[in-house]
Amino acid sequence: MSWKEELTKKASDAQDKPAKFGEDIDISQFREEASVVQQVASISQLPDDVAGNAKSVGINPDEDNRSGTFFQLDHSVVLACQKKEMEGVEVLSTTQAISQYDWLKDYYWKAAAVDADKYTAMAELHQNAGYFIRAKAGARLTMPVQACLFIGTQGLVQSVHNIIIAEEGSELHVIAGCTTHPSVSSGMHIGVSEFYVKKGATVTFTMIHGWAEDVDVRPRTGAIIEEGGTFISNYICFKPVRSIQMYPTATCVGKDARVRFHSLIYGSKNSLFDIGSRVFLQAEGSRAEMTARIIAADSSRMISRGHLIGEVSETKGHLECRGLLLGNKASIHAIPEIEGKAEGCDLSHEAAVGKIQQAQLCYLMSRGLNEEEATALIVRGFLDPEIPGLPEHLKYEIKRTIEMTSEKVM
Amino acid sequence: MSLLEIKDLHVEIGDSISGRGSTPAKGKKVLNGLNLTMEQGEVHVIMGPNGSGKSTLTMSILGYPGYEITAGTITFSGTELNPMPIYERARLGISIAYQTPPEIRGVKLRDIIRIAGSKPLWNPQDEPEENIATPLLKKVGLNPEQFRDRDIGVGFSGGERKRAEIAQVFAAMPKLMILDEPDSGVDIDSLKTIAVDLGEYIKENACACLIITHYRHILPYLKPDIAHVMCGGKIMKSGNPFEIFTKIEEKGYCEYLGLCPPGIKEETERGMKI
Repeated sequence: MSWKEELTKKASDAQDKPAKFGEDIDISQFREEASVVQQVASISQLPDDVAGNAKSVGINPDEDNRSGTFFQLDHSVVLACQKKEMEGVEVLSTTQAISQYDWLKDYYWKAAAVDADKYTAMAELHQNAGYFIRAKAGARLTMPVQACLFIGTQGLVQSVHNIIIAEEGSELHVIAGCTTHPSVSSGMHIGVSEFYVKKGATVTFTMIHGWAEDVDVRPRTGAIIEEGGTFISNYICFKPVRSIQMYPTATCVGKDARVRFHSLIYGSKNSLFDIGSRVFLQAEGSRAEMTARIIAADSSRMISRGHLIGEVSETKGHLECRGLLLGNKASIHAIPEIEGKAEGCDLSHEAAVGKIQQAQLCYLMSRGLNEEEATALIVRGFLDPEIPGLPEHLKYEIKRTIEMTSEKVM
Repeated sequence: MSLLEIKDLHVEIGDSISGRGSTPAKGKKVLNGLNLTMEQGEVHVIMGPNGSGKSTLTMSILGYPGYEITAGTITFSGTELNPMPIYERARLGISIAYQTPPEIRGVKLRDIIRIAGSKPLWNPQDEPEENIATPLLKKVGLNPEQFRDRDIGVGFSGGERKRAEIAQVFAAMPKLMILDEPDSGVDIDSLKTIAVDLGEYIKENACACLIITHYRHILPYLKPDIAHVMCGGKIMKSGNPFEIFTKIEEKGYCEYLGLCPPGIKEETERGMKI
């Protein structure tokens, strides 16, 4: 059996396996076929409503300040390129990368399990492209690569497999924006993402979700960080969705590897979010920090998980969840777990869930803000993205995107 | 027309108010027929034992929810304040330096100073060098480089907190500033700089000032016109601030007000009942 056949077999066996967390979705209710969309030379050639929605999730339509761009509309990769002068980076569709690079089999499904659940199985058996981004050894790309996964057909299930490799000593920033066409109200997105952060490399990955209200989303993410490597993953979602369940997992396999997970989530309407992050600290000197800022408004239900596992000594990790409840119909459930398996691992967690304090509101009002303005200021402040490790211009840009999105929804 | 005119004020406080040491139970009468008149530019000191209603008086002037006026009126520049919301009173020219401001994560000190001055939040695109909060922070002795981008109150020392409050009051350019125990939890050196700043500001801007305090240290800088002693929810005595302080320091509230025989001070500690 070839490696590919082995994966197919494993996936087939897991086809009906429900995920450990989250509502079990009947994938068959969604359509699999989508019409083929022609390739474009730049995002500007895409229809305005496509480019416009992509922009709201951090995708820069004129591709300025980007090292490269990947754009997938339904199942069609319409754009995958890097800027000419950016020799240190490569952006391809995963399908093409696999046919092009034989060595990729050593990475494919190595950071995430193909038989984890029916969604990973789906991503293998009915894969619709996804992106492959590679920063070559020593390349320091301060301009991010942008990748957009876009659902343009009503009721479609899109299942992609992304692979991100930062070779030794490289620096790679990725902005991944996922959204739907204005005419789409329901659908499903399954996204497998595997990260390989090699010795001394740095990857920041900022994922911005802006789905339609009746979309189910099941990302499946794994990251392997080698000696002295840094992986920073930011997740931002301010728009209502039917359900999102994910539990990205990072494993520090090399000495002094570092991981940071940071999520900013504004749950509204009937959204169901079950979001976690898990880090295995398997090498001395490895560190992890996981923070979640969660707002629950309307009838949203938010579950914030975290799992920190210290397997060897001289490791350190902290897990933090702050939740803000707006209204009496919403709920936040924080489930932090820490597990120390060796003497000398230093692990901690803190979680706090509450509503806006009357004292804070009155304080701001006594400075001249009305109640709505005061609430908005507290909410924005709560979601203030203090994300270390991002280049200054990228930090500013993400902040702008957040402000743009939050103005629309809050 | 007086700047502030409080006539026969009766206030009850509800159970929505929490976190204050001396909060009585629901529907508790705290102010019982308080009268106070302030003219433009006047400096008044309010003192009184714990539980005498000093904080309730400030909260009632500010318009905090949960402080229910059951009788009487508060008039500011000829406008009846009840039931005007807090922010409208702020816009009329009433500004307070809180005794214990809350911490608000993610809201920057520079922005709250700008808000107090009715200016928009700082946007580096339009205003590369922040120029509203920066000079005010300097004025109150907080290094703008260090404090501009700090979250409100988070990790501030007692003195820093007071200075940050005063910067907001200055930004508001109020007609009436209320200083709620500006001298509590502040070391003597900080107290002096704060008091000097305040004194200059009051003089230059002819700003009226209502100071709640237990101590006399800052009075020489603020040059109060009159002091009032509160007890049991009303003003019991008014007069020359320095004379009153001297007498209270000598005799204690109880004896000074002639409410209990000399030597019984415990009652004063708990708040007097009359």
